[in-house]
This record gives sequence, C-alpha cells and structure tokens, in this order.
Amino acid sequence: MKIEAVKKLLEANVLTEGEGLDTEVLSACGCDLMSDVLAFVKNQAMLLTGLVNLQVVRTAEMMDMKAIVFVRGKEPSKEIVELAKEMKIAILTTSYPLYIACGKLYSEGLCNN
Amino acid sequence: MADNKITMRFDVDANNFSAAGEASTKLKRTLKQLSIAPEVIRRVAVAMYEGEINMVIHANGGVIDVEITPEYIKMILADNGPGIKDINLAMTEGYSTAADSVRELGFGAGMGLPNMKKYTDDMKITTEVGKGTTIEMLVKNSVEL
Repeated sequence: MKIEAVKKLLEANVLTEGEGLDTEVLSACGCDLMSDVLAFVKNQAMLLTGLVNLQVVRTAEMMDMKAIVFVRGKEPSKEIVELAKEMKIAILTTSYPLYIACGKLYSEGLCNN
Repeated sequence: MADNKITMRFDVDANNFSAAGEASTKLKRTLKQLSIAPEVIRRVAVAMYEGEINMVIHANGGVIDVEITPEYIKMILADNGPGIKDINLAMTEGYSTAADSVRELGFGAGMGLPNMKKYTDDMKITTEVGKGTTIEMLVKNSVEL
C-alpha cells in the first residue's frame, strides 16, 4: 500500500513525506512499546503509535521503516518532524485511535503477509 | 571494504534521553557507507540501540567501542552503573527494573537484553553489583542464504 493511500484511508495530515508519498509500505506495526517494535522484523514497514517522542523516530530508523503514523490526534513536536525529515521517514497524523487506524489499513489489504 | 579494522568510540550521555540513539544512528550510517549488507546493519543497529537505551536508563551512561572488520562487527558497551544482580532474570522477556518514567517513554518493557541476544551471534555480559556492566556483542558480517 502506498503512503498516499494510507493518508486517504486515515484522513491523515502529512507533516513530512519521507522518501515520497508513492513509497510502498508492505507491513505495519501498531504499538506504543518501542522494544516490541524493535522485535518486529519486516521490510518496508510502517509504525502506528500513540507515543510521541524522539525515540519513536530513532526506533523507526533502526528498523528501516518508511513511515510513522501518530494516532488519536497526537501532534509531534517540530524537533520530531525535523529528525524524521533528516532520516527520510514520512510522518502522518490521524485523529483515529490506534485500533481503528490499524483496522482500516488491515481491511484494505495491509496484512503483513 | 579494506582489510583493516575500523574502530569507533562513542560516549553515551545519561542525562539526555532525547539524544539516546545518536551513537547507533552514527554507526548505522558508517556501516551503510561501508556497503555492509542491510540485514547485518539492521541487526547491529537494533542491538546497539537497545544497549544504548539501557545505558541511559539504568547505568548513568558509559562508553561504546565498536570494531568493524570484514568478518564481524563487535560492540563493547561499558558502564559504571549499578550492575545486574541476576543475569538470568534480566534476560527474561518482560522482566524490567525500569522506572515508570522510562516506561512512559516506550521502553523498560523487559525486552532490551532479550532483543540484544536475539539480534547478535554472540553476547557476553560481565557485571558486578555496585561496579558496572560490560556487554560484548558480536554480529557476523555475512548474510546467511
């Protein structure tokens, strides 16, 4: 699924585009525990989280993730967006809660297969 | 990559949680520049990052020495923190002594040491209560097909 499609499904705002909105994500992880994210090994992955701090971006970077979606209307600081820009990771924000956001993506085919 | 061994040293500052992970980011960049396989880079990066976070949240910071050779990448994380009382317990997934303030930041779930072991080919822990901990991790610089 392209990040552009994620944006539409989650009615999300894009704060930085990473490698571009036509970048494909093949899997997703919905999680607030960064150590659990670090145990999640998938390629071209995307992180959905309600946790908002710089370590979210660093965790995504270590896992070569392409995008981060901050859920429940959480707004990342300028510092977070700047770091993501530097790492070429897309940042999106949505007002949907984590469960609903994951459900919408899953039902549209982002199933980690 | 040249046959020569490359060494790097990083100081980990305990007083700045926001900066935790900077050393891992720098190492990751260097490994990319050396054209190391992406799978190897990810394993090194995650193990080092978990170790770096541990040094910040448990051990008042420390020093990380890295050796990069054509055969392996070795990371030696040394701190002067409180030491680990029971290594077997510390290696158990889900066991953590981290404060609630650390958990609120998304860490301290008791996955750090297990993740470090999972992503490395060899991990040795030397620790003494009241003196500190040294963790040596090795990742083979090859991709298993």
